[in-house]
Amino acid sequence: MKILVPVKRVIDYNVRPRVKPDGSGVDLANVKMSMNPFDEIAVEEAVRLKEKGAATEIIAVSIGPAKASETLRTALAMGADRAILVETKEVVEPLAIAKILKAIFDEEQPGLVLMGKQAIDDDSNQTGQMLAALTSRPQGTFASKVEVEGDAVNVTREVDGGLETVRLQLPAIVTTDLRLNEPRYASLPNIMKAKKKPLETRTPTDFGVDIAPRLKVLKVEEPPVRQAGSVVGSVDELIGKLKDLGVVA
Amino acid sequence: MKVLVLIEHGGGTLKDASLATITAAAQLGQVHAILAGERDEARQAAEACAKVAGVEKVLLAADASYGQMLAENVAALIVPLMAEYDALLCNASSNGKNVAPRVAALLDVMQLSDVIGIEGERRFRRPIYAGNAIATVESTDPKLVITVRGTAFAKAADEGGSASIEEITGPGDQGLSTFVGCEESHSERPDLTSAKIVVSGGRALKDAATFEQVIVPLADKLGAAVGASRAAVDAGYISNDYQVGQTGKIVAPELYIAVGISGAIQHLAGMKEAKTIVAINKDADAPIFQVADIGLVADLFQAVPELTQKL
Repeated sequence: MKILVPVKRVIDYNVRPRVKPDGSGVDLANVKMSMNPFDEIAVEEAVRLKEKGAATEIIAVSIGPAKASETLRTALAMGADRAILVETKEVVEPLAIAKILKAIFDEEQPGLVLMGKQAIDDDSNQTGQMLAALTSRPQGTFASKVEVEGDAVNVTREVDGGLETVRLQLPAIVTTDLRLNEPRYASLPNIMKAKKKPLETRTPTDFGVDIAPRLKVLKVEEPPVRQAGSVVGSVDELIGKLKDLGVVA
Repeated sequence: MKVLVLIEHGGGTLKDASLATITAAAQLGQVHAILAGERDEARQAAEACAKVAGVEKVLLAADASYGQMLAENVAALIVPLMAEYDALLCNASSNGKNVAPRVAALLDVMQLSDVIGIEGERRFRRPIYAGNAIATVESTDPKLVITVRGTAFAKAADEGGSASIEEITGPGDQGLSTFVGCEESHSERPDLTSAKIVVSGGRALKDAATFEQVIVPLADKLGAAVGASRAAVDAGYISNDYQVGQTGKIVAPELYIAVGISGAIQHLAGMKEAKTIVAINKDADAPIFQVADIGLVADLFQAVPELTQKL
């Protein structure tokens, strides 16, 4: 079984995003970029499934600028076998990403697609569900456990109020949540080896997908700043304040 | 504009977040609601929904295939209905986030996620970058598919309405997925996303047993929901459904007590809409104090039990 793992190059998790003064977006010039953390979890899960013998090949895909090839190299260093970069300078929305992934899905015929539940830049949380819709396949979102069993996969999902397990017919699309695993660090020998793994570059037009955005971003602004209040010296003082505010009896 | 709202319900009652989504829908136009679920429960919830102020019509799809809100089945139910509507609104909950994008893709529409403000018929505000920026976006699609962040809208009144209920049948089970089971986090405490008071613990709580000993009694004393930072969840003190933050739940209670939480950006994104924030942390420089209304710089292992006892 092949596993397809879409990955996105995003602002590094530890960098505080700055809104551009002209309100046109977030400043990404000279900012550290990394693989979306949820996608890293997806790559790790794919590698573990291959190590267990449940998968034969892992194909990492990224849709983005030429530099997204670095993100793909990271996936290859973690254990993916080959990579596809769909290169574009444009910002591509989840719907168009899902359409490109659908075309790759049709070409590669994977048994499983593993991807992050959301990207930490636009926080959309849509692409996996959309890909599942377009391929008419089942979806297991927000996964904290993934078990392949014959022609199905059992996915334990992190839902409001607890955990829920669903059984999906393969091929299926699974999106990863935080607790699924802890991604490995790529070792230096594996980083060296990853440089020699195949990375194919294509473009959205190869797949006949129109990537023109459907949403117009009119402005991006800083959220309202919350003012710090006062510091109290003791628990008694704290209780006094809470009573003054009427939030406790 | 004709708006369809996907209602979430349980035990025959409506989820609070759905009442907030109805408020958002009413700002866009005429509101119809759809309820899907097992027969008796869904019927009871539909009757409750018909009484909600602002709802003009309730569509009821009572069928076992909708009992667990499997996205494959629910999306197949909703998509054909959308011929009659200009917009679909869902809660930005685990259910809504699961179903809405599947519907959006089938309608060839780009979804608007986590909407916190409505600026016009096609113009919305939504947080990006873990709430570090707010984007105003305009849809150019013929139909809208939106998930609504419940804490950003007031709840619609659960009485005053007199909508008609129309039973509908959908295509049923799509044969792609089956529900195996669930482990609900059993709790007598209020639901995290709708609680008036939330007591949250962070990494400083040391381990699961200490978390339970320190945080839970205070929450019980206050009738509060329990929350946690991502650091506490990652460290295994408590399960992920208690996580407050951009990658967890977004809460906006009257009172939020952050215990031993440093205040990482991603946590703040989940709780900074709280009316009053109290922070208890021994590190006076912790960023949480920059957003707290009342700060107490103290050892939580002394301060929290003292607070629990004296309240």
